Amino acid sequence: MTVSGAGRLHLAAALDGAGWHPAAWREPGARPAELLTARYWANLVTEAERGLLDFVTLEDALSLQSDSQHQPDARTDRVRGRLDAVLVAARVAPLTSHIGLIPTVTVTHTEPFHISTAIATLDWVSSGRAGVRVKVSARQDEFGHFGRRTLPDGPQAVSDLFAEAVDYVEVVRRLWDSWEDDAEIRDAATGRFIDRDKLHYIDFSGRWFSVKGPSITPRPPQGQPIVSALAHRDIAYQLLASSADVGFITPRDAASAAAVVAELASLQAAAGRAGEPVQLFADLLVFLDDSTTAAAQRRSRLDDLAGEPYRSDAQTFTGTPAELADLILQWQSAGLTGFRLRPAAIPHDLAQITRALVPELQRRGAFRLEYSAPAQPSRPPSLRRLLGLPRPANRYAEAQ
Amino acid sequence: MKAGTGVKQVHLAAHFPGVNNTTVWSDPRAGSHIEFSSFAHFARTAERAKFDFLFLAEGLRLREQNDQIYDLDVVGRPDTFTILAALAAVTDRLGLAGTINSTFNEPYEVARQFATLDHLSAGRAAWNVVTSWDAFTGENFRRAGFLPQEARYERARAFLATVLELLDTWHGDEVIADPADGRFLSRAGAGTFAHTGNHFDIAGQFDVPRSPQGRPVIFQAGDSDEGREFAAAAADAIFSRHATLEAGQRFYADVKGRLAAYGRSPGQLKILPAATFVLAPTDEQARELAHEVRLQQVSGATATAFLEQVWNRDLSAYDPDGPLPDIDPEPGENVTARGRASVRMYRDPIATAREWRDRAQAKDLSIRELIIEVTGRQSFIGSPATVAATINDFVQADASDGFILVPHITPGGLDEFADTVVPLLQERGVYRTEYDSTTLREHLGLEVRR
Repeated sequence: MTVSGAGRLHLAAALDGAGWHPAAWREPGARPAELLTARYWANLVTEAERGLLDFVTLEDALSLQSDSQHQPDARTDRVRGRLDAVLVAARVAPLTSHIGLIPTVTVTHTEPFHISTAIATLDWVSSGRAGVRVKVSARQDEFGHFGRRTLPDGPQAVSDLFAEAVDYVEVVRRLWDSWEDDAEIRDAATGRFIDRDKLHYIDFSGRWFSVKGPSITPRPPQGQPIVSALAHRDIAYQLLASSADVGFITPRDAASAAAVVAELASLQAAAGRAGEPVQLFADLLVFLDDSTTAAAQRRSRLDDLAGEPYRSDAQTFTGTPAELADLILQWQSAGLTGFRLRPAAIPHDLAQITRALVPELQRRGAFRLEYSAPAQPSRPPSLRRLLGLPRPANRYAEAQ
Repeated sequence: MKAGTGVKQVHLAAHFPGVNNTTVWSDPRAGSHIEFSSFAHFARTAERAKFDFLFLAEGLRLREQNDQIYDLDVVGRPDTFTILAALAAVTDRLGLAGTINSTFNEPYEVARQFATLDHLSAGRAAWNVVTSWDAFTGENFRRAGFLPQEARYERARAFLATVLELLDTWHGDEVIADPADGRFLSRAGAGTFAHTGNHFDIAGQFDVPRSPQGRPVIFQAGDSDEGREFAAAAADAIFSRHATLEAGQRFYADVKGRLAAYGRSPGQLKILPAATFVLAPTDEQARELAHEVRLQQVSGATATAFLEQVWNRDLSAYDPDGPLPDIDPEPGENVTARGRASVRMYRDPIATAREWRDRAQAKDLSIRELIIEVTGRQSFIGSPATVAATINDFVQADASDGFILVPHITPGGLDEFADTVVPLLQERGVYRTEYDSTTLREHLGLEVRR
């Protein structure tokens, strides 16, 4: 049984600490003392690859985890402390061979030049499996960590942060294209290592920064690694429409998923990107067990440990892998590309995804049986290819 | 395992071939400078040879000459942190050292990147702290920072101190992760900092708990008086230029002599010059090979380009196989070559030009021959036995504590050294036969900060 063409389902896992539930680190099987080790992350990503998932995302922020949206909290009963997600992705890249790696990057305080070369390098290191999830920071404490500017008040401030993110992604993308694929010529006869006519200044100038280019890193294997973002509302939908390949959204049901799909389509048409639709993944926080009762009991046990019910920005699913498969297939018909599943507890819910949900979907003919796509020697494996996206032409080569 | 107790041990490290004319890309054996397989090959060889660390340089703007991207050397490289993190996956003991600029970064981000790299490599991270001053590089960054040259070291010192301050906000005893009583942290407020100064005014909570080494091994590169003082105050190792035995001894004595003023002992700062090498079965064959390599390194076009950097003007009309130009260098700010550090080596271009012209006339040298001479032959040329003996002599005579080897071929340029010279150093009892420690700080015999 094969699954092909439009309607093919895509699955991703969102990895964060010991899982998304704040008490997950206290579960049997959790490895809370290993969250800062390479082995922990290698194990998780390898497990996701075992389940043939399209990609993992790695959460990150430029501040200590906090229950407050703007400042640190003083909690000592939850996971605190983390690693830079881009470097975690790079660390696991040589240990995996198919799965996409999408670290989170905060654009508000970082340099587009550094992030462009870092993600390009992640793409080289992983042979074409890199992406990036861009994230805007509107946290007062993160502004304080950089001390370059203060977070202004009011809705205009947030809208400016998103506009800056659009510029940021534009710079990152131009830098990826600033070398044509065949710029390196190694012409011993003339002594030239590159054909410098195939390198391009990007000459970006905007409200927040100017970047000259070209990149120091040659165009990555995918040409353009995957750019993604999480979006809950209109201002972030604009960012998806103008800048992203993949969007993570948080619908409550199939109907609200369909509404977001439609909204994105119209925003993209307005942005002149109707021809390259953003692939939308619905985020679901999942508690998965062999029975619905067991899942519900585990959820309430975790809530008891945490001292309060966990409220997620994403829809929470509590039940069996087969029930989740039902929901996934029902929602998918709303026009979703796939689902980004947030395991409530790791390793339990991650293993339920890879060892129970995926086989269930495979039995229904809804998910790939192996990574290798039909032979296409001209196109080596890559995250873009896994997602059914073409390798984009170089904007500068086209212009000539 | 250290053999020969009491004998000073040699430290060796490997510099991934860089974006400069030392690297011979035209050799048939030369591989990719971008693909990860090249980095993995190089790192595995260094680890097989029990080197202390692998070193990666950094570039933040492609070099230009006469307002065009310089195309005669290797062009392009990957991001330093990303490659080092990936190399941690294919090595177990090898230190991972990277150049990271203190001008176009912010302390919070660099601190979390080094703390992360140290966690992900189980204690093998090192940082070569450098500064930039030029608006040319700044054109790629938000900061677009132009720093007066005299402010460079001040900013670097402040940057380094601030990063170390952030790293030290976690002491190592905070994460207890006890599922039974539900305490993840032993205390609230871990990572809290507030730093006020001329360059940075930041406060908050640092988010990466203490890494195995506590802080990365700190390198400083550069021979200037300011650089030496900076190193004596704050660095664990100096990445210096290779020189004669006598000049090396003077430098070594000078820098180690500065340590006492900072309450440090001579063993707390390692002197590790960069060194190139050419190996062949006999010394005579090595000399011949060395000349061939020099011809590969300095093509006619490269010679002209190099001359233009000193002359500060377009010399494309001159035949590299002919005599030197009789016109003098253009005085003033160097506008010919941008984005390279070497330009500043020649502080008085007119005097340099005069000296080179005299030398070329006296020895009847063409432009290319002259440049081959003045840009220096390889540091170590000879049979494996000769090279091993010379390296050991430098170390035992306190001209250095070891060397950072710079091969001219990517990625295999280190293989022969690992296979032929390393065993001879081991036989002499001056070089480890196995790693006896896990962190880079311990490999280098440095104090481990807890």
